[in-house]
Amino acid sequence: MRTKVSIFEEIDWLSVALYAALVFFGWLSIYAANYDDQSSQIFTLETNHGKQLLWIALASILGMILLLLDHRFFESFGYIIYGISVFLLLAVLLVGTEIKGAQSWFVLGPVSFQPSEIAKFGTSLALAKYLSTMGVHFSQTKHRLRTLAIVALPALLIMLQPDVGSTLVFLAFTLVLYRQGLSSWYFSLGFAAVFIFIMALFLKQYEWTVFGIIIQGKIAFLAGFTGLIALVYYLLRKVKGALLILGGVFASTLLYFFSVDYVFSNVLKPHHQNRINELLGIVSDPLGAGYNVHQSKIAIGSGGFSGKGFLQGTQTKFNFVPEQSTDFIFCTVGEEWGFLGSLILVFLFLALLIRIIWLSEKQRSSFTRIYGYCVAAILFMHFSINIGMTIGLAPVIGIPLPFFSYGGSSLWSFTILLFSFIKLDSERKFILR
Amino acid sequence: MDELENRKVFVIAAFVVVAFIFLTRLFYIQIIDDSYRSSADNQALRYVTKYPARGIIYDRKSQVLVQNQAAFDLMVVPRQAEDIDTIAFCEIMDIEKMEYKERLSKAKAYSSYRASIFQKQLTSDEFSRIAESLYRFPGFYGQKRTLRTYPDSVASHVLGYVGEVNAGHLERDSFYRSGDFIGISGLERQYEAELRGERGLEVLMVDVHNTVQGKYSGGNRDVEARAGADLATSIDLDLQVYGERLMNDKKGSIVAISPEDGGILALISSPSYDPNLLVGTKRARNYQLLASNDSLDPLFNRALMAKYPPGSIFKLIQSLVALENNVISENTGFPCNKSLVGCHNHTSATNLREAIQMSCNPYFHQVFKRLISPGKSSNYFVDNALGLSQWAKDVEDFGFGQRLALDLPNLKSGSVPTTEYYDKIYGKRRWAFSTVYSLSIGQGELEVIPIQMANLAATIANRGHYIDPHLVDKVGKDSNVVWSKNETGITKDLFEPIIDAMQWVVEKPGGTARKARIDGIEVCGKTGTAENPHGEDHSVFIAFAPKDDPQIAIAVYVENAGYGGTWAAPIASLMIEKFIRGSVSDSLKENRILEANLLDVEVDED
Repeated sequence: MRTKVSIFEEIDWLSVALYAALVFFGWLSIYAANYDDQSSQIFTLETNHGKQLLWIALASILGMILLLLDHRFFESFGYIIYGISVFLLLAVLLVGTEIKGAQSWFVLGPVSFQPSEIAKFGTSLALAKYLSTMGVHFSQTKHRLRTLAIVALPALLIMLQPDVGSTLVFLAFTLVLYRQGLSSWYFSLGFAAVFIFIMALFLKQYEWTVFGIIIQGKIAFLAGFTGLIALVYYLLRKVKGALLILGGVFASTLLYFFSVDYVFSNVLKPHHQNRINELLGIVSDPLGAGYNVHQSKIAIGSGGFSGKGFLQGTQTKFNFVPEQSTDFIFCTVGEEWGFLGSLILVFLFLALLIRIIWLSEKQRSSFTRIYGYCVAAILFMHFSINIGMTIGLAPVIGIPLPFFSYGGSSLWSFTILLFSFIKLDSERKFILR
Repeated sequence: MDELENRKVFVIAAFVVVAFIFLTRLFYIQIIDDSYRSSADNQALRYVTKYPARGIIYDRKSQVLVQNQAAFDLMVVPRQAEDIDTIAFCEIMDIEKMEYKERLSKAKAYSSYRASIFQKQLTSDEFSRIAESLYRFPGFYGQKRTLRTYPDSVASHVLGYVGEVNAGHLERDSFYRSGDFIGISGLERQYEAELRGERGLEVLMVDVHNTVQGKYSGGNRDVEARAGADLATSIDLDLQVYGERLMNDKKGSIVAISPEDGGILALISSPSYDPNLLVGTKRARNYQLLASNDSLDPLFNRALMAKYPPGSIFKLIQSLVALENNVISENTGFPCNKSLVGCHNHTSATNLREAIQMSCNPYFHQVFKRLISPGKSSNYFVDNALGLSQWAKDVEDFGFGQRLALDLPNLKSGSVPTTEYYDKIYGKRRWAFSTVYSLSIGQGELEVIPIQMANLAATIANRGHYIDPHLVDKVGKDSNVVWSKNETGITKDLFEPIIDAMQWVVEKPGGTARKARIDGIEVCGKTGTAENPHGEDHSVFIAFAPKDDPQIAIAVYVENAGYGGTWAAPIASLMIEKFIRGSVSDSLKENRILEANLLDVEVDED
């Protein structure tokens, strides 16, 4: 029997505390990034930090409402929310507003939001619902294809906007599928593809002269690869079909290797090409394509061990770093709080991610577990790309740092994602299945 | 499902690996690699040098001789000035586009990120005209400087001038930075360490648009500039101005000293130049013009550097040294024997006073002969050498043949020939009185500079001693400069006949300097006419007044002006009256001097 216990006793307060810490730390950073000596007022809607305070208050109310909802709401409305997301993604392509080259916003007077934020939530719910349905087994191809369709549909619609960052976030669901039984070979394949992609671009710039013969980087790579395949074949020469498989691998790798150049120069947009070239160190243009990352690294790098002190940062405050309240908010942490602050921030995120996975695994409901994995995976993707970008380890892709970056739409969507999970988790003991 | 549940470990491991990679990277860029820190400082901080105001130089009545005016260097940080509207900028600055490009590439050659001077030393007016539109040109800003300004345009040879430091200065003294000013001549150079003050530093934060956003770190790293110390000099501005007017269109110098304390009241070298010509951007061009003026050589400081034979004024020293050494008494008489040395027509002097008053050459020929024939050796040559040694020593005690302790650079010492000097020229025991007799009347190998002549007048006025002639009495608010007293070793009483004679020179009928007479002021003086093998003789006059309470001692030297009583004496008297009374009563005398042009006197070319 379910007793009328206050739901607050069952809530995972650690997750809530980590959330609160990140939001508070985030607000401080937004305050610092926009601080100037002339106006240091906190409660004003003129400034980003003033508005963010309002968004935080509204997010708290939103979180409360989610906790008070019936836990069955999420499962029952999973497909409906997914359906609405897809509808909105279609609608935004037709009547949305284009901001920074992507038609991804609805603007209604003072309120504007991105349907892709809701799509993450909707897709998570739909994925969890589908995979937890009785009789659905991820090992079956039919079900795999349907799973793929659930994820791919919104991802493709977002790509049409085009919003590369949000599309990439949908790759996070592979982590969920991995937990559901997706072979790790896919990941190896993925890593190999990325590696070869990078090598194909990276080695273009090199050539060596050996005994008077000019050897281009690409040729050297291919020679090495051919040698490796030959070695593997030598070792496996007695195994049946080895020649066929290795031949296939060799041929497809070559095809892929040579298509990289074509894809790179014909499919990717020039600004994407520049960002990748900059990241790989193929070109260095600190005033052009590399400006953002260059400035971001200066801001973070100049923080030193303990930082310049709260409100003492010069690079972020004086607009050397672009987008310093949103995508590059981490620069403020790095500059004003130094390595120590960065360490705390990374640990806060890590703790929250591990906590979500740990709680997910404790669930008796596979819906809640799968949903929890979705939440962790999405947060992880944002965290990795965003921080990686600010310190020059990932290409510049404009996606926000969860709970940190300025903006109501992103704060709310992450709050909904997390608090839905906290709500579902709080019902853990009352679910029998 | 158990097997799949273990996959959580890999998922968590992926989180940890990414976090670890980030922390490693952060550790590297934040702690190990310093370059980001300096990049940040270069971008967001602007180090502005606060230039100290140079010390002001005052005259004895606290009137300003040289002070500062605000000026601005227009600075540029090339990297920040890349996108400006060049056409609009060139229009405001009134320069050609080519000129702009040239200057910017010069600045770039120094550094793209650091500020260089785009245009030096704009006046306040020029700068305020462009300042209001400067916000449109990021990368440009004004750097406050000070320039020297001379309200009365006088005393250029005393004050000297400042200029920008050159490579040599920078190498010798680490105090200086490129673009600093340094005293190059005169008091500016002599008191450079006191006048220059100390540079300050202001660290400002600028935003990405190069707009100043306030002091960095609350001004913690700022250093206030310390202004240079002011100098209080002994110069009398009014007298200096008057003296320069009198010397207009004449070549020569005037040095006036306050005998009581050795302070120089006026120091004039003519032709002179307007010190304001050597200020700021026009300095280099004007300097060239002044330096290339061969015939007048206005940059040459005659008062300190021109070596002249003293002529008849030297008879004063001869008299004193002779009295002190007891080779004559004040009543000794010698006939005016023109076979010894040339003389003008006058009755023979029956005593020393008359000899000085009439400036009798043969008289002093015989006095000098007694001086360098002391009878200490039976060998005529040895005896003369011994005599000359003693004489030279006595003469040097008057500050001749040595560098006075004056606080100005480039001071010459003049020369008093010694035994060693003649031994070198003629060989030991190969010379005697007959070789060196022209010294007796201040000719020959004697070389004296005008300030030494003025110092002689001061020494006689003081009856036997002089205080180091000097310009600066006080540095800063309360640091008095101490100058020492120098004794000539001549008994005080022995000065009376000399001084009486000097008064007769001015006042007695037949005195050689009647033109120096002033009603109501007892002026004592002595004329001289130094032979000039190249043309008209040089006119010399030294004097002090009043006789019994000397307030001013003066030497006037006018080149190519002939007889000493004609030009030098009246100039000296005008200066004396101006100083003692504040105004001049004899306007006839004044106008004659003011209108005289002695530059066109014919000079033999050789």
